[in-house]
Amino acid sequence: MEQTPILKVGPFLLVTIQVDMHDRLVQRLQTDLAERITATGARGVLIDISGLDIVDSFIGRMFGDIAAQARILDAETVVVGMRPAVAITLVELGVRLQGVRTALNVEKGMDLLQAAVAGEEERVGGSPD
Amino acid sequence: MTTSRIPQLLRQHQAALLDAWVKAQQAALTLRRDLLSDADLRIQSSDFLRSLTEACQSGDLGDIQGPAWAEVREFLSGVSGSRASQGFSPAETATFVFSLKQPLFSLLRREVAEPAALVEETWTATVLLDNLGLHTVDAFQKSRESIITRQQQELLELSTPVVQLWTGVLALPLIGTLDSARTHVVMESLLQAIVDTGASLAIIDITGVPTVDTLVAQHLMKAVAAARLMGAECVISGIRPQIAQTIVHLGVEMGSVLTKAKLSDALALAFQRLGLAVAKAPGRA
Amino acid sequence: MEVRRIEALPIRSSDDVVRVRRQAHNWASELGFSPVDLTKLVTAASEIARNTLEHGGGGSARVEEVRRGVRVGVRLTFEDQGPGIADIAQAMRDGFSTRRGMGLGLGGAKRLVDEFEIASQAGAGTKITMTRWK
Repeated sequence: MEQTPILKVGPFLLVTIQVDMHDRLVQRLQTDLAERITATGARGVLIDISGLDIVDSFIGRMFGDIAAQARILDAETVVVGMRPAVAITLVELGVRLQGVRTALNVEKGMDLLQAAVAGEEERVGGSPD
Repeated sequence: MTTSRIPQLLRQHQAALLDAWVKAQQAALTLRRDLLSDADLRIQSSDFLRSLTEACQSGDLGDIQGPAWAEVREFLSGVSGSRASQGFSPAETATFVFSLKQPLFSLLRREVAEPAALVEETWTATVLLDNLGLHTVDAFQKSRESIITRQQQELLELSTPVVQLWTGVLALPLIGTLDSARTHVVMESLLQAIVDTGASLAIIDITGVPTVDTLVAQHLMKAVAAARLMGAECVISGIRPQIAQTIVHLGVEMGSVLTKAKLSDALALAFQRLGLAVAKAPGRA
Repeated sequence: MEVRRIEALPIRSSDDVVRVRRQAHNWASELGFSPVDLTKLVTAASEIARNTLEHGGGGSARVEEVRRGVRVGVRLTFEDQGPGIADIAQAMRDGFSTRRGMGLGLGGAKRLVDEFEIASQAGAGTKITMTRWK
C-alpha cells in the first residue's frame, strides 16, 4: 500500500509531502508518524508541504491531530514551506491550524524545533545525561 | 423571399469593389493616415472582402452569428483589437465596415435593374453591414476593456514595493488609499516576498494611508494570519490616531496582531527578535 | 453563460475526490488563473467533493469551462442522492458539522468562489453549483 516516506534527521523526523494526498493516505501518515515517534524517541516532527498545492480543511485538521498526538508522545511538530496561495486560501476557509507551529522552510523549522527542545530541557533542569 | 444576388455579385466584382472601397476610405476624412498606411489599409480591406464573399456563399445574410460567419467575425474582432490598441476611436473603427456601403450600393444599382429587387437587395446589404459594423463596435469595446484591466493590474503591481530592511526583515510601506483589490495584490506580493527572501518578520507600514475601512482592516488581518500560517510574523506600524479610532469603532478584531506606532519602533522590535543591537561606534561623535 | 467544455466525473471514493481536484486544477491553469484563484477553486472543489462523498454517500461531479462576456471561469457542479440537508442556512454557518470534519465545508467553500448555489431537500439529495472567474 502507498505511504508517505518518513526520514529520520538527527533527533527529528522529516516528512516531505509531494503528492496530491487522498484522504486514506493522510490518515495512514498520521498512524505511521505516531509509531515512528515512539520507535525512534524523536523529539520533533517536520512536515514539509512546499510541494503541496492545496491544503483543505481535512488536511488542515490532520496537521492539528498530528501535532496534538506528537505532543502527547513528547515531540513538537512544525509545518514548513506553506505556499502563499495556500495560506491565503486557508485563512479565507477559516482554518487557523491552532496548536501547530509553522516555519518558512525546513532549515528554519529545524531551528525552531531545536530551540523548543532546548527550552524545555532548560525548564526541567538540564538534560538527564 | 427570393435568393439574394449579393453573394454572386460579390464574387464576380470583388476586384473592382475593392478598388472603389479603398478609394472611398482614402477619401474619407475619418481615415487616420497617422495610424494606418495605405498598404495596410488595402491588405485589411482585401482580406475582409475575401472572407465576406466566402461567408456569403454559404451563410445566411440575415444572421451573422451562424457558423459560416465565424471567420468574418474573427477577422473583424482582430481588426478592432489592433485598432483599439493603436488608438482609433470606436467610430473610426466601425467606419471601416460602414464605408463599404457606398461602393456596394453603387454596384447593386449598376447590376440590379428591377426597382423592387434593388430595394430588396439594398435592404439586405444594409442589414448585413450594420450587423457587421455593430460586431466591430462590440469587439472594440471588449478589447478596450481588456486593455484597461491589464493596465489596472500593471498599476497595482507598480504601487506595491516590498523592501528588505535587513536580512530577515521586510517592510511594505503603503501609500495612498487602500481598496479591496489593491490590498489583495499588496498582500500577495508581501507573502511572495516572504518566501523569496526567507524573512521571518514583515512590517506593514500604513503611515501613508489616509483611511482604513472595515474591509481593508479585515484584509490586513487576513494577510497577518496568512503570513503566520507560513511561519512569518507581521507587525503593523504607523497607525495614526484617527485610524486607531476607526478600527475600534468598526469593531475589527485586531486579535493578537503586533502593532507599533512608528516604523522605527517596528524595526527596533525586529532587531530585538533577531537578537541584534544597534550601538554607537566608539570614538565617533 | 456559455459552456465551452464539460467533464463528468463520479465521486465514489477518496481517489475520485483527488481526480475532481486535478480536473479543476488543470482547466483553471489552462485558463491562466493566478496561483491564489487556482488554489481557492481547487480547495473549494476538494471541500465539496468530500462532502458529496461523506455526507451524500457518493454522487457525481461536473467540471465545466465557462465564459460570460469577456470573462472565463470554471464551474463545478456536485450532485448526490444522499440524505440531503434539512436546514441549509444552518449548514452554511461555520462550525456546523454533520458527522466529522470541522464543519467549514459549505460556508468555507462559498467564501472561496465567486458564485455559489445550493439546492437540497431532506431525503432527496443535494446539488451544489459554484463558479470561480479568472
